[in-house]
Amino acid sequence: MNKTFRRTDLLWLAFTGLIALAPLVPAIGSNSFLMHVLILVMLYACMSQAWNIIGGYGGQTSFGHAVFFGIGAYGAGMAVVTYGLPPWPGALAGIVSAAVVAVLISYPCFKLSGHYFAIATFAIVEIFNRMFLVWDWVGGALGLDYMIVEEGFANLVWYDSKTGYFYCALTLFALIFGIVRFLEGHRFGYYLRAVRAGQETAESLGVNSTAVKLSAMALSAALAALCGAFFVQYNLRVDPAMVMSLDMSMKFVLVTILGGAGTLAGPLVGAAVLVPLQEFTRAKWGGLGGGVDLIIFGLLIILIVVKQPAGITGIVRDIAKRRGRKAAAEKGGASLGTA
Amino acid sequence: MDTLLQVLLDGMLNGMLYALVAVGLCLIWGVMDVINFAHGEYVMISMYITYWLGFLAHVDPLVSMFAGGLFIFILAALTYRLIIKYTIGKPPLSALLATFGLAMLLKNLCLNRFTPNYRILSDTWLGDRTFQLGAIIVPVPQLVTALLALAVIGLVFFMIRSTRFGWAVQATAMDKEAAELMGINTERIYLLIFGIGGATVGIAGGVMPTYLAVHPEVGTMFGLIAFICVAMGGFGSIPGALVAALLVGFVEALAGYYIAPVFKYVAVFGLYLTLVLLRPRGIFGW
Repeated sequence: MNKTFRRTDLLWLAFTGLIALAPLVPAIGSNSFLMHVLILVMLYACMSQAWNIIGGYGGQTSFGHAVFFGIGAYGAGMAVVTYGLPPWPGALAGIVSAAVVAVLISYPCFKLSGHYFAIATFAIVEIFNRMFLVWDWVGGALGLDYMIVEEGFANLVWYDSKTGYFYCALTLFALIFGIVRFLEGHRFGYYLRAVRAGQETAESLGVNSTAVKLSAMALSAALAALCGAFFVQYNLRVDPAMVMSLDMSMKFVLVTILGGAGTLAGPLVGAAVLVPLQEFTRAKWGGLGGGVDLIIFGLLIILIVVKQPAGITGIVRDIAKRRGRKAAAEKGGASLGTA
Repeated sequence: MDTLLQVLLDGMLNGMLYALVAVGLCLIWGVMDVINFAHGEYVMISMYITYWLGFLAHVDPLVSMFAGGLFIFILAALTYRLIIKYTIGKPPLSALLATFGLAMLLKNLCLNRFTPNYRILSDTWLGDRTFQLGAIIVPVPQLVTALLALAVIGLVFFMIRSTRFGWAVQATAMDKEAAELMGINTERIYLLIFGIGGATVGIAGGVMPTYLAVHPEVGTMFGLIAFICVAMGGFGSIPGALVAALLVGFVEALAGYYIAPVFKYVAVFGLYLTLVLLRPRGIFGW
């Protein structure tokens, strides 16, 4: 017992240390490629962490998060491009509408289970994708292209350096990971994990499973929309294929699965593997990198699901456990020897 | 009236193609409760096989579809042996996620090797032939595909219903442990079911390049539509999948013609959502 406490403490120390050091990075590195990779790692970690709330802790494997991500992205994008405002009110509207849409969609879909729920969420992504493709108000298939606006936090746009984006991503990261960390220890987090472990059992103990799942979904969607708003500010363009596609939805899921679903560190670990892989292959082979990153990622996903469904964090935990057992065995052996 | 008939005919022919793609998935889902997400990619690979055999060796799709069927049989059997086997007994969606990884792998491997270009096979036996039936025009390649679909689906249905192997499959699907106690080698059943499911979709992909362009993304939509057909038809019901596929074909054609082409998939996926929410067990589900 004592030992596990010390290990999580160590993890937290490393984690806070990393965060504390991170603000120094822009000062050290004028390497904008490295900055780009770091920003994307944090963004993907945030996206996966948002998914992790309902998908990991709640056990409801949603493949529909691209819809919420897209709504957030369109919220910020339309505020800037269509109405000439700063992105903030748009992002807020996007977050609220994503949560509302999530509740409206999920309420009927939570009646389905397993594969049927998964396919229903796929279907919803496809429907939203097509609707946005022909919806003129949101820019249709052409999408929205940002015009040049003044740099700074008010407009959340920087052109010369990526330092501003880096701090934004760091704030986002601290916010989302902080929320999930808080939930882990909060009554709501326990309810959520209880529903994952056994819905009927949880209900028999007085947990309102529908309310728990719906609020987790709403929170997850709102945070995904927030990530979407940051994504569009970073890319300065949005179109349906970019944000509302099945591939985007699967990124939420697969990054988390790779790192370890239902754990705090999982999304960060998954993102720290996928993003460098993706960006370095693109830099090396140009364009989309000839799909090499996705070939490797596909292989990694197969290996993880087949060998260790708890993800990379699960593998690390196994190794630590084995080492701990070995140490205990040695100690035990020694005491036997002296006796 | 003639337009309506023409639209309905197109819908039916497309629906039969969807049924041919869906029947293998239905078999695998029904027997093993596994969704193979790489199903659409099997279609794509088989299409490439037909395309390259036609382009390099001038083999007609009607011949090379058997090569596609055989190749996908082997590929699917390997998928089972190397991946699916280890996901049984793991968390419910493991197989789906693992096969999604496989789908990514296969799709991007083809993208990397064959480029994303659209490739069209010309000079096939069936080619662009059509004939008139009253006022409506019947495209021959689609018609042949539909007949082929009927034949394959009939064969699979007969195999499951009326052969010793099929009885063993049904027993395995109902209760794996009890089937094992009766002396059925369920491991071999799973392997063969995966292989046969792959072979049917290999045949589907093999015949498709007579009228569809080949590219690495071509399989994804077929895969999604196949999931929807199987889920709508009812858990593992082959007639259900056939009816659902025809329904999808009709809805797609009608919405595409009378509303707007982009709305055809909105209508199809909307149909799925309404149907599955109203009747979660599907059309023929029990």
